[in-house]
Amino acid sequence: MLTFTLRRLILSIPTLLFISLIIFGLLQLAPGDPMAQVPLTVPPEVKQKMREALGLGAPWYVQYYKWLIQFFWIEPKVFIDYLTNTSALLGWLPDTNFYQDELRVISWQTRSPVMDIVVQRMPQTLWVVGLSYIVGIVIAIPIGIYSAYRHYSIFDQAGTFVTMIGFSIPPFFTGPLLIVIFSVYLGWLPSIYDTTHVVNDWESFKVQFYQMIMPVMVLALQTTAQISRYMRGAMLDNLNQDYVRTARAKGLREGVVVMVHVLRNSMIPVVTVIALGMPAIFGGAIITENVFKVNGIGQLLLTALFANDLPMVMTLTFIFAILIVLFNLIADVLYGLLDPRIRYD
Amino acid sequence: MTEQAIPASPVEADIETFGALVDKEPQKPPRSQWKDVWDQFRKHKGAVFGGGFLLFITLGVVFGPWLWDVDPKTLDIRNKNWRPIYTLLWESDAKAGWAHPFGTDQLGRDILAQMIAGGRVSMAVGWLAMALALLIGTAIGVLSGYFKRLDFLLMRFTDLVLSLPILPLTLLAVTLFRQPLNSRFGPEAGMFILIVGIIGLTSWMQTARIVRGDILALKEREFILAARSIGTTSGKIIRRHLLPNVISPIMVSATLGLATAIITESALSFLGVGFPSDYPTWGKLLADAVQRMQDFPERVLLPGIAISLTVLSVNYLGDGLRDALDPRIRGR
Repeated sequence: MLTFTLRRLILSIPTLLFISLIIFGLLQLAPGDPMAQVPLTVPPEVKQKMREALGLGAPWYVQYYKWLIQFFWIEPKVFIDYLTNTSALLGWLPDTNFYQDELRVISWQTRSPVMDIVVQRMPQTLWVVGLSYIVGIVIAIPIGIYSAYRHYSIFDQAGTFVTMIGFSIPPFFTGPLLIVIFSVYLGWLPSIYDTTHVVNDWESFKVQFYQMIMPVMVLALQTTAQISRYMRGAMLDNLNQDYVRTARAKGLREGVVVMVHVLRNSMIPVVTVIALGMPAIFGGAIITENVFKVNGIGQLLLTALFANDLPMVMTLTFIFAILIVLFNLIADVLYGLLDPRIRYD
Repeated sequence: MTEQAIPASPVEADIETFGALVDKEPQKPPRSQWKDVWDQFRKHKGAVFGGGFLLFITLGVVFGPWLWDVDPKTLDIRNKNWRPIYTLLWESDAKAGWAHPFGTDQLGRDILAQMIAGGRVSMAVGWLAMALALLIGTAIGVLSGYFKRLDFLLMRFTDLVLSLPILPLTLLAVTLFRQPLNSRFGPEAGMFILIVGIIGLTSWMQTARIVRGDILALKEREFILAARSIGTTSGKIIRRHLLPNVISPIMVSATLGLATAIITESALSFLGVGFPSDYPTWGKLLADAVQRMQDFPERVLLPGIAISLTVLSVNYLGDGLRDALDPRIRGR
């Protein structure tokens, strides 16, 4: 298993390099000019110097190579320095001073390092996305179990219908719909997610809780629909197996049969699906963040795109790619760990 | 497989002597595969409704402009902000009437006409992108399933594309390539080509994997061996023997592809990177209406419901097709 994990880890390096090359190529082919916003009164030779200062004069492979160095060598150095200097977790370690003022990936919009902005935005996205995923799983699994156990019952039919709706209604419709119902007509929940809100007592926690309900539920609806379907399918496959009959025949209680024997075996494919669905949820977060005005990384990507901020776009898209590759790897490894029938050698 | 009467045997007299050999019941006419599929499909209520609704929406947006011949782009500023006709039920003095059954928007454009025009674009994008994805997916699936040399390369390529971040890349490509395509084909046709192309190019992977798996199993069967032994060329084998046998998984993934394409197009329009602003699509109408949804919630609801119902019906259709095309489930 360890060798398999290692092999997959090593294989993911060329994959990531290839993806970064594709993103980089797309950006290179793009006709957008970062100097388009500069006033016309600036003479062309000054413009040319500005372009060179942004690193645009060099051929594409030099630019790509420099980006690779910045992303995989300089940024980790900054990160390790941060860990050992200021973070609470590893602050007790001796200070490492790896970072020697090399050029980091600089955003063209703000002239500050891209990773600093990403680190500022990440918590908002992680809170909303992570919480919605957990909520979605917690709702989905009981629904899946019960509708498989009572196959073709009213509950099962209703559950199938609701999951079908969850599949079909896109988040950019559920979002405004919920806002119209709960913020406009009923006035219960705020329609905008306030990221500057600080939680320090019970009252402010309640405000935070209320403003998180809608974005989290919109994202959770999709997760719930997908996972409860897989859960139901996996349970149905297992409920007809011989070992279930054996378990019942030897007199185990129904609860033990379903919740221990069947559930444990049905969770194998479901856990994989949970891991695989994680990147898609980040993609969906781009839309949800736009609807509820959450300033997370999805919103950052959109503004960077519209502002033609290529280093930011490149880095963010690549972070999404890393997430996908990472969770694919996790899904594969988990599948092998959980299912002893799978052997990867 | 034709449904002709069984010819009377010339030796009928002989058979009558062996009474036990005579069939008591009249022989049933043989049934074709597609009749079986249709019978199974009819049993799935949701699928029949879904198929019917999809047909209705498609015909509605195709022939709608002849039935409701109001130009969706005509500005009529005196008759702006009409409410839909059903508001009269609870508010008798609302600005509404049969002249504009779904109301008008803030510039006085008729919303029903806009919905029909928007539906045309959304459905056209959906169908074309789905067709493109199926074409690429089937080609890659068949090639890598049938030719062993190509298999490794094509499947690694599929894996790579599968791990691309699709939505960010789509956003990226649309914003970056809007300008050159617009200048070459005009703002509307350029955007149409761009969106169909991008959705098609990023959603063929599942089809390719499914088709490859089926081809791998099929090509070891005896009928392929028989075809090859009489000297059938590879191209003929693929066209006449393999493709007809993988039509059912292709049809199922076609429905999935249609649903994804419609949602992706609407999402792009919603995020503001889709079609130009005076060119209605369902996603565009929804996105424009979000600003004023407190006052006019119906402008969000109508296109949203249109998108959701279409996708829902397509998903149900896919569900029914999957059951109907699977011979193991059929007849149960």
